[in-house]
Amino acid sequence: MSRRYDLVVVGGGPAGLAAAALGPQYGMSTLLLDEQHAVGGQVYRNVMSSPFTNPQTLGDDYLQGVALIEAFRRSAATQVQVASVFAVTKTEDGACEIALTVGGEGGRRTETVIAEAVILATGAQERPFAIPGWTIPGVMTVGAAQLLLKTSGIVPSGRLVLAGTGPLLWLLASQYLRVGVEIDALLDTTPRGRYAEAATHALGFLTSDYFARGFRLLREVRSHVKVIEHVTALAAGGDDRLASVRYEVNDTTHELAADVLLLHQGIVPNLNLSNAIGCAQQWNDLQKCWEPTVDAWGGTSVPNVFIAGDGASVAGAEAAEACGRLVALAVANALGRIDARARDEAAAEPRRALERATRGRRFFDTLYRPAHYFRIPRGDTVVCRCEQVSAREIVEAVAAGCLGPNQMKAYLRCGMGPCQGHMCGLTVTEIIARERKLPPSAIGYCRQRFPVKPVTLGELAAMPTTEAARQVVDRNGAH
Amino acid sequence: MFRRLPDDLLVVSPEVAIVIDGRPCTARVGDSVAAAMLAAGRVACRTMAMTGAARGPYCMMGVCFDCLVVIDGRQDQQGCLVPVADGMEIETQRGARHPRMKEQK
Repeated sequence: MSRRYDLVVVGGGPAGLAAAALGPQYGMSTLLLDEQHAVGGQVYRNVMSSPFTNPQTLGDDYLQGVALIEAFRRSAATQVQVASVFAVTKTEDGACEIALTVGGEGGRRTETVIAEAVILATGAQERPFAIPGWTIPGVMTVGAAQLLLKTSGIVPSGRLVLAGTGPLLWLLASQYLRVGVEIDALLDTTPRGRYAEAATHALGFLTSDYFARGFRLLREVRSHVKVIEHVTALAAGGDDRLASVRYEVNDTTHELAADVLLLHQGIVPNLNLSNAIGCAQQWNDLQKCWEPTVDAWGGTSVPNVFIAGDGASVAGAEAAEACGRLVALAVANALGRIDARARDEAAAEPRRALERATRGRRFFDTLYRPAHYFRIPRGDTVVCRCEQVSAREIVEAVAAGCLGPNQMKAYLRCGMGPCQGHMCGLTVTEIIARERKLPPSAIGYCRQRFPVKPVTLGELAAMPTTEAARQVVDRNGAH
Repeated sequence: MFRRLPDDLLVVSPEVAIVIDGRPCTARVGDSVAAAMLAAGRVACRTMAMTGAARGPYCMMGVCFDCLVVIDGRQDQQGCLVPVADGMEIETQRGARHPRMKEQK
């Protein structure tokens, strides 16, 4: 890794891989920084070294990652793994200075890199699913369970319950069936009437191949698993480990004994880095989440900072890959490597791919939009896992005059723990919005600060300093 | 509760010897610390500083920070991001170290 690059891409998922592979083709020295031990992001995690003897075990969509990673490896881009970017600031000449830690346990060191332009491809995370008992060991996300499957072939044993809504829930269920994992129940929280509502948005999509594939998946799961529809309340029970799952259907409460509960209600952009950099963001009222504000080329409100893929707007891996290509072309144009005409010509193919990949999005966004009673909890349900703050405490703070998520940090510390609001930020915004009878867009999100990843004071102190920075603190030199 | 799928489905990667809370265990190359703990029957990996309540891995991708453990004497390590290595010593992270902290809440 050298000190200066034309383009630095943060994140090695589909968007980041596609963007980084294209950079060198337009004469840009390109560096890809990825937090994991191998590229692929979460969606193609471990695809080059899958633990399964039969590569088809996890399905064809997963294997799409192989071609993408091979194309990236053939490119002249430099790659650094186990690299956590914790700050991006603008230098006086308009470039971006990136601060990161490289390497793991013991051997970790801090570095800085200068980039003319940065593409954030930091992807998405699962939406918080704050139900009573979601902090009990044995309760985890569907995505977490899928990562255990992808990386180690580890699966739940004992009584297993899946709960929530969204494509990933059904995908994991089908993958489990294929490897012989028994699912005791799938509690579907998709609200009543959603299929009809979604269908009106996407009549054309219903005849597409995407829809047929999704439909087959649902049918396969339904024929092997007890699916309970229209679940309106969920609660996990147990002390040091999960013992039971309570759920409500038609105003009647039922209880299941359970050893593992896997929760999922969709995916939302990972905002922490873009927000800390100062990129403007907006509320997406269909997906019920914040998104960084980007133009058609991934440009943000901060010059030379671009965003590609699910980190800008959740649309899945195929869309992210096309988006990564488009944004790399935009950077090549911004840095003067190609003119606007050449950019637009090269963009025609990825634009078509993006359109293809997002054709059914409105259908899915409507069908799987999580119900308000699962997004906006009440009572003693823990909202902020790190600081153990309940919905009731947040409601009381609003009643006492707290206006928004930033003030809420001072009132209750929620959003200030190690996860930095990843697990509570959306919920806090929506609870305050409900209590103040205002739209979430008027409430805002908790402002993120550098470092967005934990670093020790020792690591910060070991960072290279500039002469200007030294003079700021050198009193003898200044007088 | 978690288990590893049977060997006929998996490319069997080499075993590594690790120690979890003083108890010798085996894991496989490629496992994260959090995955190895789950496979060894440990659903919880730490206790909360404020309440002493047990917590276990939740997101497995580095965002929730609930899988914090002590690895080779270094605390606050994200178990889901650290791969196991032969001879690694992993300890449950005890959050409430000051006895009075637990009583206050």
